[in-house]
Amino acid sequence: MFRFFLCLTGLFVLSSSFAASTHPRDSLRDPYFGEALYYAYQGRYFDAIARLDTELGQHYAVDEPGLDPLHYHIGEAEFDVGDFELYYRMHHRAGRAIKRVLQGNVAESVRNEAIFRLARIYFQKDQPVNAFHALEQIHGEIPERIRDDLAFLRAQVLMANGRFRDAVKVLGPLQTARGLEGFSAYNLGIALWRSGQQEEGGRQLDRAGQISSNEQGALAIRDKSNLVLGSNLLEHHHPDLARKYLERVRLQGPYSNRALLAAGWAEAALEQYDRALVPWTILVKRNVTDEAVQEGLLALPFAYRKLNAYGKAALLYESALQSFGNELDKLASSIRSIREGKFLRTLVRDEVKRDRDWVVKLRDLPEAPETYYLMELMASHDFQSSLKNYLDLEELRKKLVAWKGDLDAYEDLIKLRRAYYQPLLPDIDKAFRVLDSQMRLRLEQRDHVAGRIKAMLVTPRPDFLATANERVMLQTLAQIERQAKKQRGKAQEEVRKRITRLKGVLHWQIYTAYDRRLTEAYKHLQALGAVVEDLKKRYDSFVRTRQAAKQSYEGYEITQRLRVRIREAREKVNALMARQGHMLEVMAINEFELRSRRLEEYQVKARFGMADSYDRAVQAQSAESQN
Amino acid sequence: MHRSALAVLFIVALATSVVSSAEEVSQEQIKGLDEQIQEIKSDVLGIAAKLSRLEEKLLYPSNSQISLFVSLAPDAKFRLDAVEIQIDGKPAARYLYAYKELEALRQGGVQRIYTGNVTRGEHELQVSVLGKSESGAEYRHTQSFKVNKDIGPRVVGITIAGADAGSQAISLNRW
Repeated sequence: MFRFFLCLTGLFVLSSSFAASTHPRDSLRDPYFGEALYYAYQGRYFDAIARLDTELGQHYAVDEPGLDPLHYHIGEAEFDVGDFELYYRMHHRAGRAIKRVLQGNVAESVRNEAIFRLARIYFQKDQPVNAFHALEQIHGEIPERIRDDLAFLRAQVLMANGRFRDAVKVLGPLQTARGLEGFSAYNLGIALWRSGQQEEGGRQLDRAGQISSNEQGALAIRDKSNLVLGSNLLEHHHPDLARKYLERVRLQGPYSNRALLAAGWAEAALEQYDRALVPWTILVKRNVTDEAVQEGLLALPFAYRKLNAYGKAALLYESALQSFGNELDKLASSIRSIREGKFLRTLVRDEVKRDRDWVVKLRDLPEAPETYYLMELMASHDFQSSLKNYLDLEELRKKLVAWKGDLDAYEDLIKLRRAYYQPLLPDIDKAFRVLDSQMRLRLEQRDHVAGRIKAMLVTPRPDFLATANERVMLQTLAQIERQAKKQRGKAQEEVRKRITRLKGVLHWQIYTAYDRRLTEAYKHLQALGAVVEDLKKRYDSFVRTRQAAKQSYEGYEITQRLRVRIREAREKVNALMARQGHMLEVMAINEFELRSRRLEEYQVKARFGMADSYDRAVQAQSAESQN
Repeated sequence: MHRSALAVLFIVALATSVVSSAEEVSQEQIKGLDEQIQEIKSDVLGIAAKLSRLEEKLLYPSNSQISLFVSLAPDAKFRLDAVEIQIDGKPAARYLYAYKELEALRQGGVQRIYTGNVTRGEHELQVSVLGKSESGAEYRHTQSFKVNKDIGPRVVGITIAGADAGSQAISLNRW
């Protein structure tokens, strides 16, 4: 019984997938965080962790994390990456991530939430004592959204540590908690029962068995409450009371087969064999791989025998024998097929896994006898987690194969880029250096002119703005003046006057045009500034393009290291797959052999029953003919 | 006697159904292997991170990188079937949504639908959405936007609100 309810509480923890915790969409500020959530909501936890890990790494590497959009979600992201790791069954890493949060200087509510998550990991890893000690460290403010979940976990941990009375106290107030309907009611019933309050426990399970809900999980728990209560009453010789609870179990739920079987036994215990025929007749028409159905195949003729319908009983025993024989053949071929390695090959078939009900579909594959009993194997937690690990490894294997192909392509790309750019770059660099020196010279000249214009605003220098023509004319006049000085007489005086007049004209021209020329020079400088800016942009663009060209093929030595890491990881994955696969095969074969032995026992019983029924039928017929 | 024997058989069957059949597979073996699998998962995640950085540097350098993200408006009531995106008249992305993906978008997930390279400057982005309205009628809507690309990586958010949102049926947001 203890394992029975532990399985159930585990069911609750697993069912609360990441999808259940929704984030307010309008508050999302970082698209890459949103991308990680997108993967997580689909159950693609590897991709979610990879995305969020990268984001967190970049966030902590930037100089100002406050400017990174992830800072709006950093607390959430830290917890989410731990959750993703947990769902991806990386409990160690998840635990480490949460411990990192605990070691940081965080608020009391954040610390308490981290402890809650850590305790949940311990509990899931079947370490209830560690979970208990972790929960004891929670003090003070607890975030509202985890309050009920924390209390429920506390109750589960208490129960797992055998402290049922304490669990009762915790579970009591949780009966109206949203999202825990059925689960809290059922656990309270079990806790009461196990703490010695059987009567109150029974009443509580009765209440849990009547909970109304549309949720599949809650409905399954309701069925389980009724099945557990009914089976216990039957076990304690109260078949009349058991009947009511067993009848409450839905006919299509996961517990329906066991409930139908038990309902028949309740009627049989009351010696109402005709009533026992009803559930058992329904039961035997179901999938014969189910243990309850197999037992029903024996129970149904037993009821007919009790009703003195020996002929019918004999026929049903015969039919049961036939079914058991068929099932034994199936089990034998399943074992054979598993030993041939077909089981593992079938499990990783892509086309099967695309279907949501892939486990059911696998069972129905005509050419895959190794999977007939997969549903039954999946009932074992060890098998289920081993299978998940195997499928995870297969996913990793495929990724590594694909990445090796990617690396090949990347290296080809780098090679092509190198072959294209490397010969071009020396000539480009040479031409660039010439242009670069010319550009620097022009920039210096521009700065020089700008300096002069700036100085002229303070100290006017009209001569600086004389045109080239005016400068030539001034020089010519100066030359004529020098030659004229060498001459004597009236002609020299005439020349001097003319030179003075002409100089005066030029000076007049230069000085009167100064303001206009200064304005124009300033405007030209401004225009030149725009051209220089454009030139600088082009220069920067060239430098970036050149840098990008070089970076497109240089600095990729990491591909070699990655190639080695991928190869090593592939080797490890292959080795682990082989070991995990072998473990699955051993588990499956063990289970099938156990079932075969049970079916062989059933065969013996059926043979005995059939022989006995035939004898009695013959005796009854003889008695009838004598009468 | 026979009845009680069968009843016991039933109860035993009930109890053994939850007992694992690990005669030759011990809990230590299961645990040990599980831990090694956790380690290799961690290793492969490390490789994934390095590859992701390599891919970004090699294929989508920041000066030309553009990433398009699709999200659903919180109150979107239509069923999204497909999204098609063109950049400067050339097909960039075309995506058909599976049930799980649609649910992930509805819950607030954001899908990176495209990462590529464009030159600096203005580009035309055309987004077409195909789906079904609340009434079941087919819904198709196309809208064009101008997107400017600068030196750094460009991230464009495309929010789809659907049939009842009028001019906001498809909108862009800069993250």
